[in-house]
Amino acid sequence: MKRSTLAIAAVALAAAAAPVAAQNEQFIPANFYWVGPYAPGGSGFGGGMIDYFAMLNERDGGINGVKLTWEKCETEYRNDRGVECYERSKKKGPTGATVVHPLSTGITYSLIDKATADKIPVISMGYGRTDAADGRVFPYVFPLITTYWSQATVMIKYMGEKAGGMDKLKGQKIALVYHDSAYGKEPIPVLTDMAKQYGYEFTPIAVPHPGNEQQSQWLQVRQLRPDWVILWGWGVMNPTALKAAAKVGYSREKIIGVWWSGAEEDVIPAGDAAKGYVAAGFNLPGTNFPVMQDVLKHVYKKGKGDLEDMARVGSIYHTRGIVAGIITTEAIRNAQNRFGKGKPITGEQMRWGIENLNIDDKRLKELGATNLMQPLKVSCMDHEGGGAVKFLKWDGRKWNVITDWMQPDRKLVRDKVEASAAQYAKEKGITPRDCSKEK
Amino acid sequence: MLYREAGQFKSTYAQDQQIFPIRQDRIAIALLLVFAFVAVPLIGDQYWLSALITPFLIFALAALGLNILTGYAGQLSLGTAAFMAVGAFMTYNFVLRLPWLGIIPSMILAGLCAAAVGIVFGLPSLRIKGFYLAVATLACQFFVLWALQRFPWFTNHSSSGVITAQQIVIFGVAFDTPAEKYLFTLAVVVVMALLAKNLMRSETGRAFMAVRDMDVAASVVGIPMMQTKLLAFAISSFYCGVAGALHAFCYLGTVEPEAYTLDLSFRILFMIIIGGVGSILGSFLGAAFITLFPIFLNIASGWLSHALGVEFSHAAVSNLELIIFGGLIIFFLIAEPNGLARLWQITKEKLRLWPFPH
Repeated sequence: MKRSTLAIAAVALAAAAAPVAAQNEQFIPANFYWVGPYAPGGSGFGGGMIDYFAMLNERDGGINGVKLTWEKCETEYRNDRGVECYERSKKKGPTGATVVHPLSTGITYSLIDKATADKIPVISMGYGRTDAADGRVFPYVFPLITTYWSQATVMIKYMGEKAGGMDKLKGQKIALVYHDSAYGKEPIPVLTDMAKQYGYEFTPIAVPHPGNEQQSQWLQVRQLRPDWVILWGWGVMNPTALKAAAKVGYSREKIIGVWWSGAEEDVIPAGDAAKGYVAAGFNLPGTNFPVMQDVLKHVYKKGKGDLEDMARVGSIYHTRGIVAGIITTEAIRNAQNRFGKGKPITGEQMRWGIENLNIDDKRLKELGATNLMQPLKVSCMDHEGGGAVKFLKWDGRKWNVITDWMQPDRKLVRDKVEASAAQYAKEKGITPRDCSKEK
Repeated sequence: MLYREAGQFKSTYAQDQQIFPIRQDRIAIALLLVFAFVAVPLIGDQYWLSALITPFLIFALAALGLNILTGYAGQLSLGTAAFMAVGAFMTYNFVLRLPWLGIIPSMILAGLCAAAVGIVFGLPSLRIKGFYLAVATLACQFFVLWALQRFPWFTNHSSSGVITAQQIVIFGVAFDTPAEKYLFTLAVVVVMALLAKNLMRSETGRAFMAVRDMDVAASVVGIPMMQTKLLAFAISSFYCGVAGALHAFCYLGTVEPEAYTLDLSFRILFMIIIGGVGSILGSFLGAAFITLFPIFLNIASGWLSHALGVEFSHAAVSNLELIIFGGLIIFFLIAEPNGLARLWQITKEKLRLWPFPH
């Protein structure tokens, strides 16, 4: 009896382990994180992306009849697990993984070589390696929409506007309270360069991972009395910083957060201490956008939504995931238009699809995502595509938009991107592509 | 029945001192090596090679390094990840700055750098013991990461503080594919495991164990305390340093100092506790358990949801994995406090009697 049960179980497992792959499917790995200190970011972003795919499947039957499929894999925000998930997912589906969203700067770094060799594009939307914006050196990496360096220049611009002109920044003090990791260090070179240009005094202050103890850092801020503090945090570090700032009496209106410090999950735990805090964003929260209404109607009403807590639908992380879904599927559509409608595309074709992506205002309107995200135009030279940032202010209950899309200092960022990419190319012995020869 | 040494007579000292005195063991090991060197690269696909077996070997080497220090010489250390970081970053710097050196000498030099750091942070072991020593080695963990993050020389002035491992080239042969990197890792691990096994059977190894079992008695019988303890730190750090170099060059490719946090040190400590403290085989078993088992649980939960046709909440499954994993660690520690290596030993002893136990 026992043996036969075991045998049946074994057969069932074997049958389940090799599900027959339907041919007209497009597979996209969902390698995010649902446990650990960064789970709110991973589950919200991942949930948004999956919800958008599910909505397209329900509403349109996929993309030109090609159903979107995905599989979740837990990376725990750890590099080794991220690599393992990538390797596990890259051969799935009829054409393999279409594109990877690592959602971690560290994992993005680890995947650059591997994904380039496997011809699978990596989209690191608003994180990852900034100099990958130079598509000549990084053909398969796309830090889409906007990069850390663009954002840093926009932050300085915002401060200049508040001060009444960029020349007024001279003599001001700006501190950067950052997560002590590759991610946190990313803006330092740009902020240092701009300090020379505009004459402000720049002080970086490191917070060791995970950042749940920041007493000494904020005492340092109090002694320094900076005009502005840029908060470059992640996860639990953000509410802790806001609470510590309140404790030392530093005005939260003078704290500007990076977009990974500007979600509901970052401010609600800080309670009243977060009121008046300003953060950058490249997507807006809310459920009023037509695309969000569609997600609610076609996915959540049918009980197929990915987020268990309905209150999180339309939160910053969730709509950021929706934006990731839009970009991914628009690139697939683009690639299908060129390589054959109604057929699954390969990673290599997807690369073309992303590189020639052009989401203008008209297309945004069709997608029902006007103002949810900015227009995007990617090219071989420019793998960033957008660059603009909006600022949002937390009023204790919700995020309010306080600026229009603010453009970065493109020349400064581009020069630094090219210099850094050229150094990388030299170290790795890569010959940059000639963009005029790309079709 | 098959596993029995009856009829195998030892007529020379050399035969008596073999690592594997039983013929069946020798055959099994030879088959295993042939399998690992020939069959695995042929049958293993990229996922198996680059995501499972290579990291397993690398962590096994790191666990082996810690086992020399903690298991054999009895000095508790929480600085393993820091020694790995030294190995990884120094190999990168040697290859970058002295390109004529070649990868293997670079790795050896980087290992020696790790050994030097190990000796410096091993100095407190001359005065303090046990948990207090563990706290002292914590300083090493934090100091090394701090230094790597603060001095841009280590990362060649990379703005984000990460290093990208260079290509591995030995005598004009490049090791690029997962299979080649696996073979490189395997070769290094096999050689170093063999060295470790022999070292532990030598006078030095016996001195380590004497220090572990009772240091006062050891010094009374004439074992130099300072030399032995510092040598244990140096050898252990050398192994960890080479493991770190492999971790950067054969596995992740691009690493940041944050990859070598205290968390990793703890994971390697758990590997030797689960696998078996003071056992070469235990390092491998423990590394396999800690690196591969969570992935197996993850995949198995996927099969289960397919088989039952129910969609589990992924967040619940991910958390459940951690719970099951933690539960199993406790189970193994209660069932066999001496680790998986001891279980294996018991199995072998039972096998000798099978099928006619007394």
